[in-house]
Amino acid sequence: MPQIAQILETYASQFFWMLLVFGILYFVIGRSMVSKIDANVEARDRKIADDLAAAEKARAEAEGLVAGGSDALNAARGEAQAKAAAAKAKAAKEAEARLAKADEEIAAKLAAAEADLAKARSKALSGIETVAAEAAADIVAKVSGAKVSAAQAATAVKAVLS
Amino acid sequence: MAGESGKIDPMHQFQIEPLAKLDLFGYDISFTNSSLFMLVVLGAIWIFMAGGMKRELVPGRWQMAVEGVTGFINNMMSSSIGPEGKKYVPLVFSLFMFILFANFMGMMPIGIVPGAHAFTVTSHLTVTAVLAVLSFGTVLVVGFWRHGLHFFSLFVPHGTPWWLLWLIPLIELFSFLIRPFSLALRLFVAMTAGHVLMKVLAGFVINGLNAEALWVAPLVSLPSFILMIGITLLELLVCAIQAYVFALLTSLYINDAVNLH
Repeated sequence: MPQIAQILETYASQFFWMLLVFGILYFVIGRSMVSKIDANVEARDRKIADDLAAAEKARAEAEGLVAGGSDALNAARGEAQAKAAAAKAKAAKEAEARLAKADEEIAAKLAAAEADLAKARSKALSGIETVAAEAAADIVAKVSGAKVSAAQAATAVKAVLS
Repeated sequence: MAGESGKIDPMHQFQIEPLAKLDLFGYDISFTNSSLFMLVVLGAIWIFMAGGMKRELVPGRWQMAVEGVTGFINNMMSSSIGPEGKKYVPLVFSLFMFILFANFMGMMPIGIVPGAHAFTVTSHLTVTAVLAVLSFGTVLVVGFWRHGLHFFSLFVPHGTPWWLLWLIPLIELFSFLIRPFSLALRLFVAMTAGHVLMKVLAGFVINGLNAEALWVAPLVSLPSFILMIGITLLELLVCAIQAYVFALLTSLYINDAVNLH
């Protein structure tokens, strides 16, 4: 077995070159390169974590905005409804007031018209009495030849008519 | 490896051959085929890692692969040690990647290029010993640094009955001290045995085809070849498992040092 047969001649060379090569391997590759690669992997992991956190934050923000938006929408709708109700109530009141006023006016006109009518009727009635008294005096004069005064005829007509 | 006489030596693949003579303070530190493959492994790991260093926010395929490996070691450390395990990621990552790439590099079909031989760095006890000592040394340093002499309480598990206090620490100490050996030997034996088995089966295939009697080829070479495919797949699995086991055990041992029991 050369490993053991040659050990006395080769151990110094083997140890020397092994330590030299391993020293280079340890310091150049093991310490410097590996730590750089590790740093890169860590940086990537951190970036992914940060991006995920940012996305999560943005999502929460968006959800908050949506909730706020619906709140605002609800508030606006409520306000609009209140305004509409107020406007409706106001309009109804105005309409009522106008109606009442119109009613009043109509009532006044009606009353005036009724008064006119009564006046005209009484006037007409009194006209009829005069005509009837004259006619009655004429009829009495023609039938009996007696003369009745206008006052007498009017009294008699009034007594018959009323 | 077919020798000159047509004899196949399954051990030849572990032979260390100097490529350039080097000397340091009287120690022979020649650049060998083993050193060459250590550098090849280092280069392969560097290429793999450099391909994933674009560090884009949205990773490409290569970057995903590199991040998968680093993430795998990160997870292993945080699950066996906890949040403090992050400090030891470079060490365990280096151990894991070196063993994994060295194992796979030894499985590469480099032998199809004439004169070139794949060399499995991790099939050498001297190499696995260095790796195991690095792992065990880290445990010792971290343990005494963090807990001082209190680190010895590692050898007295919770709930030890008083009348066993003379025995349990001894057993615990023994199991603790054997860790570097088990780490080194496990990897060394697994890689050596697998490669020997593959080479022996390959020898059967080649010798069967070269045999003078015609019945030998279908009877010996074909079954050996089919078996060899399976063994090769199994060996690829073992390559990955050994790297994983080494890294996992190191992380568990460091956990002992960091958190005691």
